[in-house]
Amino acid sequence: MQQTMPTAAGAAPARRRKERIDRGIKARSDDVFALTSYREMLYVAIPPAIPVVLLLVLPLILPIYWQKVLLSAAVFAVLAMSWDFLASVGMVSLGQALFFGVGAYVAGILDHYLGLPVWLSIPLGTLFGGLICTVLLLPVLRLRGIYFAMVTLVLPLMFERIIEATGLLGGTEGLTGLTSFPNPWIELYLIGTVVLLTLFGFRRLMTSDYGLVLKGIRDNDRSVMSAGLNIYWYKAQALFIGGAICAFCGAYMTHVQMFVGMPAFALDYSILPIATAVVGGMGTFAGSVLGAFLLVPLSEFLRGVGGWRTVLYALSLVGFIVLLPEGIFHYVRRKYHQFERWVGVEASS
Amino acid sequence: MADNQQNREKPILLRVDGLSKSFGGVHAVVGVSFELRRNELLGIIGPNGSGKTTLVNLITGFLRPDAGRVIYGGRDITGWMPYRIARLGIARTFQMVKPFPALPAFKNLVIPLFSPRVKSLAGGRYGDRDSVAKDLLEDVGFERESSVTYKAAGSLPHGYLKRLELAKCLALRADLIILDELFSGLSIAELAGIVPIIEKLMVEGKTVIMIEHRLRELFRIADRVVVLNFGRAIAEGKPAEVMEKDEVKKAYLGSEEEEG
Ligand SMILES: Nc1ncnc2c1ncn2[C@@H]1O[C@H](COP(=O)(O)OP(=O)(O)O)[C@@H](O)[C@H]1O
Ligand SMILES: [Mg+2]
Repeated sequence: MQQTMPTAAGAAPARRRKERIDRGIKARSDDVFALTSYREMLYVAIPPAIPVVLLLVLPLILPIYWQKVLLSAAVFAVLAMSWDFLASVGMVSLGQALFFGVGAYVAGILDHYLGLPVWLSIPLGTLFGGLICTVLLLPVLRLRGIYFAMVTLVLPLMFERIIEATGLLGGTEGLTGLTSFPNPWIELYLIGTVVLLTLFGFRRLMTSDYGLVLKGIRDNDRSVMSAGLNIYWYKAQALFIGGAICAFCGAYMTHVQMFVGMPAFALDYSILPIATAVVGGMGTFAGSVLGAFLLVPLSEFLRGVGGWRTVLYALSLVGFIVLLPEGIFHYVRRKYHQFERWVGVEASS
Repeated sequence: MADNQQNREKPILLRVDGLSKSFGGVHAVVGVSFELRRNELLGIIGPNGSGKTTLVNLITGFLRPDAGRVIYGGRDITGWMPYRIARLGIARTFQMVKPFPALPAFKNLVIPLFSPRVKSLAGGRYGDRDSVAKDLLEDVGFERESSVTYKAAGSLPHGYLKRLELAKCLALRADLIILDELFSGLSIAELAGIVPIIEKLMVEGKTVIMIEHRLRELFRIADRVVVLNFGRAIAEGKPAEVMEKDEVKKAYLGSEEEEG
């Protein structure tokens, strides 16, 4: 087919536009062996080093109060990365609280009823939290889009009501007096390590061939199936991976707060991770971390303004999304990899 | 590829027996039966909406038949899940080509190459998928090391997307390949590039079903043709003979312009 329509651009006055040029090193840095100088190696090494250094250093320099904010940001970063991961497999979850809450309660039960130590209750909470949620959601794996989302939204709310109505597992009181971490340093560095492992693990996973299959399920599940791959099995695996790391967060918070109760299923744990991933930039995982480390502290700063807090918070969310709809991370990454210059617009282009 | 007497003695690979499927009040496929011998090239033709794609979906497990059976290699595969049928060695293309848009063209093939079928055929090893993928793309006419191989599949021209669909079938190393209107939207020049690939498949001993509207090109390579109309198989036979039948002429009246 040929473009035969005359374009109006020819008559337009001279304009200019921004031209974006990839730094040459960007192309070469995709292949590690092409790097030649220290400068180039630093260019590649600095971005991934930033979260590592920050998570190592921040616990040492922050006052206690802001250490807690850091901890909370780290938890939301992991919940958001899990959401981003599930979304990239085509499972839009509105219920990260389900995974979080189940993990939290499993750890609480193991501690309260069986007296298991922290170093057992957290791994078991992670494992069984992931398994229980995967089994619960197996029947809806075939549902796509909004149906899967609705079920994940409803399940945690349902659990909350069941615990309230039956009084099981401590009922509205929850389980109190649970074991704490031996010291706050373990507490902080454990979640910091998990943030980094999740971040680099997911980034690596999604560029592997296995990750391509997962993403293929979102883009065109029929094509993946006609390649002889059982998409439900892959979705179940993804659900377990995404669910288990949220369950870890739940189990972890149970021991941080030495308490588990109905708030573990709160809507916050479902909605905030989505806002975090969207503001930070979807599909990159680094965006989720960046988003969490902006939004959680922001929410804390706004405590100072009292009643207007929620309004300002909501407004800043809208602001981020309107100004940087691609997500902060995508924007920052582009700025890092490209330089821009103004060029005149050719009449023919 | 033309009608060789040998085909008569080859074993039956696929038997479709009284397949029916309705959508609400629409009888999309009605009691369709046919047999396909190994290394045969069967054309399935018929006007738009005559049930060709539905038939493909029934054979490949994307739809469950209301009645009838699909027997492949002597095994009843009726109602099997699509991925199990694919693992047996039935590959298909989709009429609506829909690649994995963000991936480079060759990376699209990594997904079929990830298939357990490929692994078991290779003796438990997957090998270097990227280089196998690039070889496959070359087989379907992507110029070696040209930029199209690395281009995001979403931005490929239509002709290349069709080739990519075909390459996915090759990647699976399928025995039976079902092509749903592979030729549609291709120029004569592009067809001249693709037809030899299909002829080569036949030389390699593959079995092929082609759903086609491009009758002239199809008849040159097909051994046999089944004609569908309103979901029913109204004729079957050698390409030239089939078109002589009155009911086929009638069915095709008015849709003749879709040819060539
Ligand atoms: N999923 C579906 N739901 C409802 N009707 C369908 C569906 N798929 C196909 N049909 C109908 O079945 C008939 C046959 O369609 P199809 O198999 O796509 O024909 P062809 O491929 O020969 O053009 C058409 O009338 C079509 O509208
Ligand atoms: Mg069709």
